[in-house]
Amino acid sequence: MKVTEKDVLYVAGLANLELTEGEQARMVRDLNSILEYMDRLNTLDTTDVPAMAQTSDRFGLDQSKQGTERFSYTYREDIHNGLRPSLPHDEALANAPETDGTFFTVPKVIERA
Amino acid sequence: MDLDTLTIDQARTDIAQGRTSAADLTELFYSRIEERDGAIGAYLTLCKERALNKAAGIDDLVRQGKPLPPLAGVPVGIKDVMVTRGVRTTAGSKILNNYIPPYTCTAVERLEAAGAVVLGKMNCDEFAMGSSNENSAYKPVHNPRDLTRVPGGSSGGSAAAVASGTAIATLGSDTGGSIRQPAAFCGVVGLMPTYGRVSRYGLIAFASSLDHIGPLTKTVKDAALMLRTIAGRDPMDSTSADVPVPDYVAQLAKPIHGLKVGVAKEYFGDGLDSEVRTSVEGAIQKLAKCGCEIIPVSLPHTQYAIPTYYLVATAEASSNLARFDGVRYGHRAAGIRTLSEMYERSRDEGFGPEVKRRIMLGTYALSAGYYDAYYLKAQKVRTLLTRDFEEAFREVDAIVTPTSPTTAFKLGEKSDDPLAMYLADIYTVTADLVGIPGISIPCGEDREGLPIGLQILGRHFDESTILRLAHTYESSRN
Repeated sequence: MKVTEKDVLYVAGLANLELTEGEQARMVRDLNSILEYMDRLNTLDTTDVPAMAQTSDRFGLDQSKQGTERFSYTYREDIHNGLRPSLPHDEALANAPETDGTFFTVPKVIERA
Repeated sequence: MDLDTLTIDQARTDIAQGRTSAADLTELFYSRIEERDGAIGAYLTLCKERALNKAAGIDDLVRQGKPLPPLAGVPVGIKDVMVTRGVRTTAGSKILNNYIPPYTCTAVERLEAAGAVVLGKMNCDEFAMGSSNENSAYKPVHNPRDLTRVPGGSSGGSAAAVASGTAIATLGSDTGGSIRQPAAFCGVVGLMPTYGRVSRYGLIAFASSLDHIGPLTKTVKDAALMLRTIAGRDPMDSTSADVPVPDYVAQLAKPIHGLKVGVAKEYFGDGLDSEVRTSVEGAIQKLAKCGCEIIPVSLPHTQYAIPTYYLVATAEASSNLARFDGVRYGHRAAGIRTLSEMYERSRDEGFGPEVKRRIMLGTYALSAGYYDAYYLKAQKVRTLLTRDFEEAFREVDAIVTPTSPTTAFKLGEKSDDPLAMYLADIYTVTADLVGIPGISIPCGEDREGLPIGLQILGRHFDESTILRLAHTYESSRN
């Protein structure tokens, strides 16, 4: 067993998930079974292999350019007039579970001792 | 009018020539949905008033004798992971149960600008995470060919609607096979374009470096029409590529004689159902008869694709799904007292088991002490998988494989075993990791009458070649 119940609780905390006790036990079992399968990657030597985070820095770009210059097609001139208007305030708030009409509201972050 | 075989061109021509109106056609589809979708469950939300308004606009153009846009009056469905202004969008999740988006996904906007009529939003696995559609928080989808079986996933509703004639075409999304595998299971055409070919703006993010939008249709020509409409650079998505969009439809007729078609032995190994194998091999022979040169190729890292995919995809998902915090939209747990309790309880109540599993796996793979061993390792193997295809595409113009190792499995058959479910994606995940386009087209049936899919993979931004091959093969079967 690579992943213990303690690991699951720690990771759930990082992920902002509150797992019920039943969910915790199931998660320990599932993560171990999945990670055991993932371990086959360790049979590959990847010492000199560069990591790849996305495909678009390999394809469809001007290969003669270097670094961020290769993405220069995403640049545009600054726009001083005629910017797209932002989302109207009421629409931005419309899906919120709780607002005071102006702001999103949440429980107090700092409690008085 | 036979809605089971109705294609985009026929619908548009019938409307243009006055044999039907866009409004009548829309009503006809809603009656069909009423009649059939109860047993199938492809739709999550219908937007009839919006659709009839749109159809009325098309009928005005007809009356005034004005030119009709390319998809005029064509009834379509949209996978519920693409936002639609004013129409509830859930991503198949309870956490977005009441979400009414304030804007519309670029691909949907482009379909509507081309005259398409959106009938409703299609059922799918929660946040597109699944291979059977059983992870929908609302209801499962039943395969129209056999109601005891899954339609595939995650775009199960999108595939089942096309297969049951409750939409002419639909949009799906593909992160690890979610367009191609349900297309194969339901016996329709499913096209995943090159990464960056279609804007992701307004697609609720699962794994941003792997997410693609693409069409599910009855014919290859319809897929070409849909892609031509939605493809191209969009300033709202900086990863959408600035690469010219060819006229895919016009190129379909170009002969495929002399094209080099690769067959990789790694896609015909253990675990491949023998009837699927026979059917796909038959399709390869057909392509040879059409004048293609069949060339064996090797993709030696194929066995590492599933672990690589499920590490990269879950890591990205754990980050993307952090936005669901119960503050700006989505579910918020009741009776909570602190901020952290609000986050944790809202997410625990809002997300289903598979989504939690993937968030946990991704968070674990990114956490201190495991990042190098899992996430970074997977990113490096992603490079090796990409090199496999770069090598192969020096020799060949396209690669053909089965889309899925089996035909549609039974509802409930794999739902208790996440790993078994992940392995169902074995032939589709690599194209997502590499960013190349792929199409699944029907190539036969097993002895129970369940559809089998042929997958054709192509070079980056070369959808034209795989569409031509698919179209020629499709014509050779008729």
